Amino acid sequence: MHPVTHGSAEHGRAWFNHAVLLSEVEYARPASVDEALVLLAGDDNARALAGGQTLINVLKQRLVSPDLLVDLAELEELTPITVAEDGSLELGAMATLSDLIASAEVQERRPILAEVASSVADVQVRNRGTVGGNVCSNDPTNHLPPLMVAAGATMTIASAAGTRTVPAEDFFLGVYMTAVGPGELLTGVSIPAAGGTGDGFFSVTVGNEGTGIVNVAATVNGEARIAIGCVSSLPVLVTSRPDDESVREAVRAADLDPPSDVHGSGEYRRHLAEVLAVRAVGYARSSG
Amino acid sequence: MREKTIKVEVNGDLYEREVESRRLLVHFIRDDLELTGTHIGCDTGNCGACTVLYNGDAIKSCMMLAVQADGASIDTVEGLARDGELHPIQQAFSETHALQCGYCTPGMLMSAKYLLDSNPNPSEPEIRKAIQGNICRCTGYVNIVEAIQRAAGHD
Repeated sequence: MHPVTHGSAEHGRAWFNHAVLLSEVEYARPASVDEALVLLAGDDNARALAGGQTLINVLKQRLVSPDLLVDLAELEELTPITVAEDGSLELGAMATLSDLIASAEVQERRPILAEVASSVADVQVRNRGTVGGNVCSNDPTNHLPPLMVAAGATMTIASAAGTRTVPAEDFFLGVYMTAVGPGELLTGVSIPAAGGTGDGFFSVTVGNEGTGIVNVAATVNGEARIAIGCVSSLPVLVTSRPDDESVREAVRAADLDPPSDVHGSGEYRRHLAEVLAVRAVGYARSSG
Repeated sequence: MREKTIKVEVNGDLYEREVESRRLLVHFIRDDLELTGTHIGCDTGNCGACTVLYNGDAIKSCMMLAVQADGASIDTVEGLARDGELHPIQQAFSETHALQCGYCTPGMLMSAKYLLDSNPNPSEPEIRKAIQGNICRCTGYVNIVEAIQRAAGHD
């Protein structure tokens, strides 16, 4: 029934008061990772809610309609950014992008993470958006997936059966799909000690710091590891010698077949991938 | 639970309300608490009109559920003026004509407050970066940037 058919302003106001966009959903805010895993395993249509900067919009569009949202907000064990004994940088899945930018450990060990995080959307989104949410939503235009693949990150996934680790290059499976299965939860991301590794990230975006048309992350430590985003359903990893001509050849040899859309043709994206890879590797060479 | 009772502190006042889990924070603020200063612009997280401070951090209240805010402290534009006196940021917006239609203004003011709370003397690039998440279709931003610079001098 359309509210206008009721006529009176009273009814109109009542309808307005109940304006909703999302489907009905249950909500739980567990106090521990174990409790969260029980909730996620107990309902095939449960979703973990991290910062919500992707998921809430997806819920509004009703692209997914979970029965249960498991809010991870109180899982304080998932927020710290620490340095492990072997020097690797341990990012809690619930660390926000603003936490990355503010972290002294990140600035000291892998400043590229802060640099890239500060170019994601805007400060309001960075204050809520999390590391785990950015990699788990795995939108092909997201910033962190190629960065994690290039850096050789390892993802830790928990379930009732225990925890397992997955290399970033095996973590991203397709558009919006990752290795995190039903009843599982990404708890953290481990980035190996830099040890002389240089990092670079270049992108061409829609407007200043907007959605990526092509993103390229690179690390150089002897060889160059190049991860190209926005050109496929998952980041494309290319390795090469770190000189400009080898990088160009390696990207060409990857035979990319990027999609065309209103922001750029596939041909243009293929061209950008080559140019941005050379820039990202060049930056990584000079920052190592 | 599809409905929950939440307790939220808004502009220093404590509210306890039953809300549906699916209710957006911005609808809770506007329709349940009747604090309609916080605007809904795009409803997609792009425009920033719904910006509020959530435990001191600027966030977009259309990209958060009201139930997520249980236990939180929120500041909206209504909390800026005190005892009939405009907040220095509001005063500066008025003096420099930093608004035309005014739709984006509540969000702009809250983003400006968030910036100045942590960085009392921002450079122009810092100001522009701080309001990157707030879209204004009238002013071209020039007078908004000037207002925030002016407010920084008074804050």
